[in-house]
Amino acid sequence: MNELLTAERITFLVFAIPLVFTAGLVVVTKNPMHAAMALVAAFFFMAGIYVLLSAHLVAFLQILVYAGAVMVLFLFVIMLLSLGNEHLEREHYKGMQLLGVVGVVGMTIVLAMAIRDSVGPDVATVAPDFGTVKAVGRALFKDYLLPFEATSLLLLVAIVGAVVVAKEKI
Amino acid sequence: MVPILWYLLLAALLFAFGLVGVLIKRNALIVMMCVELMLNAANLTFLAFARQFGSNGGHAIAFFIIAVAAAEAAVGLAIIIAIYRTRGSVNMDEVRELRDEA
Repeated sequence: MNELLTAERITFLVFAIPLVFTAGLVVVTKNPMHAAMALVAAFFFMAGIYVLLSAHLVAFLQILVYAGAVMVLFLFVIMLLSLGNEHLEREHYKGMQLLGVVGVVGMTIVLAMAIRDSVGPDVATVAPDFGTVKAVGRALFKDYLLPFEATSLLLLVAIVGAVVVAKEKI
Repeated sequence: MVPILWYLLLAALLFAFGLVGVLIKRNALIVMMCVELMLNAANLTFLAFARQFGSNGGHAIAFFIIAVAAAEAAVGLAIIIAIYRTRGSVNMDEVRELRDEA
């Protein structure tokens, strides 16, 4: 019993169970505002899971960029469109959609079986600075310099593209 | 120690949730939120493997995924606003001009 439920596993479950719950809520709810709030909560729990994986920098970015910037963008658009009740999700689903859900369930079962059967190497013992800003920054600027610079170009193009698409007259 | 398996199974489950949302939801905003959920599941997989192999490369890729997701959200929401302006609706079933009606 002590072997099965260590403190780290309990912490994992503390984050994982609400994460699955809130992620399910995003799919189940009909109101976009409720979905956005559930998604913010899911991102926070996800950040906790990242910390458990000693990915400190990414956990921090998750909260800053996702829960902060991206979700605020979503909330602004939801409020900007101010959709009334008639825009809420309609209940009836087409047969194709239900078929798709069945396909997703099958895919998940296959995925889970493949994951269960896969044996990787044992979890590595990592250096104390694993996942910190310093270590990840060094990887970014040494091994991934070109993708890193390409990312800045991508963000610039995205900004210009968003303005061009959303503006009525330029 | 939490087995890496648990993280991978959690990521698979989240990805499935996101995919179900993309398939059954008709509100374009919620569909985009489900896409974000799927991107997060991919992130979790990268970080789990980075932990297993003790490499910082996975963290760099997760960083890029977050940047791409932010760009995708900005452009996608701009498109949704443009669609709402021209049709007064964000229902994806009503946007079918490019569809083959035969």
